[in-house]
Amino acid sequence: MFGKLSWAAIPLDQPLPMIASAIVALAILAVLAWVVVRGHFPYLWNEWITSVDHKRIGIMYILLAMVMLLRGFSDAIMMRLQQAIAYNAPGFLPPEHFNQVFSAHGTIMIFFVAMPFMIGLMNFVVPLQLGVRDVAFPTLNSVGFWLTATGALLINLSLVVGEFARTGWLPYPPLSELPYSPDVGVDYYLWGLQISGIGTVLSGINLVTTVLKMRASGMTYLRMPMFCWTTLATNLLIIAAFPILTATLAMLILDRYLGFHFFTNDAGGNMMMFMNLIWAWGHPEVYILVLPAFGIYSEVISTFSRKPLFGYRSMVAATMSICLLSFMVWLHHFFTMGAGADVNAIFGIATMIIAVPTGVKIFNWLFTMYGGRIQFTAPLLWSLGFMVTFIIGGMTGVLLAVPPVDFVLHNSLFLVAHFHNVIIGGVLFGAFAGYMYWFPKAFGFKLHDGLGKAAFWFWIVGFYVAFMPLYAAGLLGATRRMQHYEVAEWRPWLVIAAVGAGIILIGIILQIAQLVVSIRQREKLRDTSGDPWDGRSLEWATPSPPPSFNFAVLPQVTGEDAFWTQKAQAREEGSAKGGVRYEPIEMPLNSPTGFVCAFFATIIGFAMIWHIWWMAIVGLIGAFATFVVFAWRDHEGYVIPADEVARAVGAAR
Amino acid sequence: MNVLDPQGPVGAAQKIILLNSLGIMLAIVVPTIIAIFAFAFWFRQSNSRARYLPDWAYSGRIELVVWSIPALTIFLLGGVTWIGAHDLDPRKPVAGTGEELTIQVVSLDWRWLFIYPDQRVATINTLTIPEGAPLRFELTSSSVLNAFFIPQLGSMIYTMNGMTTQLHLRADKTGRYQGLSAHFSGDGFPNMVFDVDVVSPADFSAWAARAAVSPLVLNADTYKAMTMPTMDSSRITYRLDDPTLFHAIATQKLPPAPGWKAIY
Repeated sequence: MFGKLSWAAIPLDQPLPMIASAIVALAILAVLAWVVVRGHFPYLWNEWITSVDHKRIGIMYILLAMVMLLRGFSDAIMMRLQQAIAYNAPGFLPPEHFNQVFSAHGTIMIFFVAMPFMIGLMNFVVPLQLGVRDVAFPTLNSVGFWLTATGALLINLSLVVGEFARTGWLPYPPLSELPYSPDVGVDYYLWGLQISGIGTVLSGINLVTTVLKMRASGMTYLRMPMFCWTTLATNLLIIAAFPILTATLAMLILDRYLGFHFFTNDAGGNMMMFMNLIWAWGHPEVYILVLPAFGIYSEVISTFSRKPLFGYRSMVAATMSICLLSFMVWLHHFFTMGAGADVNAIFGIATMIIAVPTGVKIFNWLFTMYGGRIQFTAPLLWSLGFMVTFIIGGMTGVLLAVPPVDFVLHNSLFLVAHFHNVIIGGVLFGAFAGYMYWFPKAFGFKLHDGLGKAAFWFWIVGFYVAFMPLYAAGLLGATRRMQHYEVAEWRPWLVIAAVGAGIILIGIILQIAQLVVSIRQREKLRDTSGDPWDGRSLEWATPSPPPSFNFAVLPQVTGEDAFWTQKAQAREEGSAKGGVRYEPIEMPLNSPTGFVCAFFATIIGFAMIWHIWWMAIVGLIGAFATFVVFAWRDHEGYVIPADEVARAVGAAR
Repeated sequence: MNVLDPQGPVGAAQKIILLNSLGIMLAIVVPTIIAIFAFAFWFRQSNSRARYLPDWAYSGRIELVVWSIPALTIFLLGGVTWIGAHDLDPRKPVAGTGEELTIQVVSLDWRWLFIYPDQRVATINTLTIPEGAPLRFELTSSSVLNAFFIPQLGSMIYTMNGMTTQLHLRADKTGRYQGLSAHFSGDGFPNMVFDVDVVSPADFSAWAARAAVSPLVLNADTYKAMTMPTMDSSRITYRLDDPTLFHAIATQKLPPAPGWKAIY
């Protein structure tokens, strides 16, 4: 009746997951209780859960990412503690737990922290920067977000019902096939990612269409803000790469559920096929993560240097060439599989070629600062921290791209240090810079800058203390994912790394403090002009927060840095011209489609994981019915009358 | 296990390539990092002596330089890569003194089986090799993906069931070293550390002769028992009855290890 599910699935005998789940459950119940008791539920449902507004959806994506950052970071602290302790000792995490912890850490950080953070920022900012009212497909946007949330929910559910995968964040066969992973862990991973992967592809389609087909009048491609170019490149990559992930995970699902032999040891299966396919997705994926960050740095550095971005066309060329080249390097993830010298060398060289446009970008940011008037706000500090840190990470990446070097460093802690170097230094610092930069636009008040700077310093010092020792340990032969070890030389480095994780923890606490303090002091930090940083692009031409329709009158664009040009013209021509004519604006209706779809997706995922076939069918019928109901609706939008438009804009200024 | 303290020609060549590549890149990276700090500091808002160039956003000369520097660096490193990948291809035999020694490696759950087909010897978790001799490894797995790695000798290589990978190494100094699996393979993965004893050729022959009359025997039946998952990493020596055993394992005549359901 309930497939493989039984009460035994709840790990009552294991204190760690039980305590963790209890804390989470209590937190969720507390929040729900507060919402219901204070009567906030109708507001939450009408204004957020069923919202199809790109700004609201973007904020929800980022909120999801931040909550998942806490979960992924807890995993990190556990791993660092275990490795600091487990020298000639078992440590406190037995292998079956440690192996789930590092698998969950990677999966959550990449799929449910980095991706949603970037997609959230792109969703919030891009329509505003393009001078339009929303993305191309608002309801689809909501569906994409809620499906991502479903994936996150399923992964976290594995903590309390069943277990998670013990394969690492990429489930290489044969380890991930049934004989060697007989339990539900890998299935939680597979269904969680298949469902959230659909959400990601929907987001990709939405943002590509928006950038290509919806821009303010006069905004040609070469007048778009750099962040919009990186959004275009990122989402082209998403559309091209995520189907590979979907297909590959589907093949593994067929192996595990229907006895297929795509990747099994026996009956003609081939594990090498999985590795090629998964990395053909996996390498573009890391560029999907970092390209939006590059766009954020372009915005932040030029704004706080009070200069236009240096070498704009060069940056566009570099971005699009990174987009293309990222598909040509995947084999560098398994040089040690024995492909032969010619193949290894070609992919090594291709990997290095990608370093060229990336280097160009660094130099262009450098020359953006040259001749500027630099203000060291928190977002700019994150950007400077990124530039230094990413160069080092990129260097170790090119080092690993030399096959003979990789033959002694593959899969070591040196590799772990490298990819954290570029992901934290590149993606996460970019996310934090974007968060602090666009926060006032989203909420109408700035974040406390002092606490932001303090958080930055603890993060960057903590990062170096946590990861530089891992380079050393890797050079001493330490491989990754070891639950215990007996090599004395590794121990001091792993202890220092644990201290670094503690320093980062303080950074995270300061970020939480920053948010709490800023909310409390929001009147003092209020952004009344809508343009707190003297910005250069169109999102700063709206009130903070913008009304649902973004712009009362759609802007006309005459050059790069559209808003900067507008302000300069306004200064020359005197005060703003009077007599603006407001028109009624048609807006899309909110819809519960996204949330309901995700509800049924959760049911389908959970049912498939536990082999509860009738429940899966119920879920599929429900999901299909949701689409039918949505497709049959008569009313798609509503009209905001002109006087309400005027009031919304006038009242806020 | 220090990769930067190699004890054989493969590892030594890799160390040189590593340090050279690092040096070439540091020549660009260090000045760039200095420039980042210098520009940020000099062009800070409070510095009235710095020129403000609010419209300066393009320079053809600078563009030429910023595209050329990374491109030339990559050109150079690309050459290092092409030559290095060919010189140090794991399938390329290594020169040495004496006859080439063939060692067949099977990764088990969770320990290493070493088969010496010519000496009719097999061991678990302990590898004895003669100093200076060219070594030819043939590798496969009984079950899941692993990676055979002796850090101080150089290159690692994957082991995969149903397939045979190749590796050539040479050990130039007697002593005891360590090897491990460099690819996560399950609950007992950290136990897969093995001893590497590099001995004089004479000592090696003596060892092989002693081992060839071990009481324990490795054949298809004892191999099958060996493929059950275990956390026991004790060092064991066997005599080898059938020198074609590895071939049977590698071509799946002996099927891959059954699953781990029993221990889950």
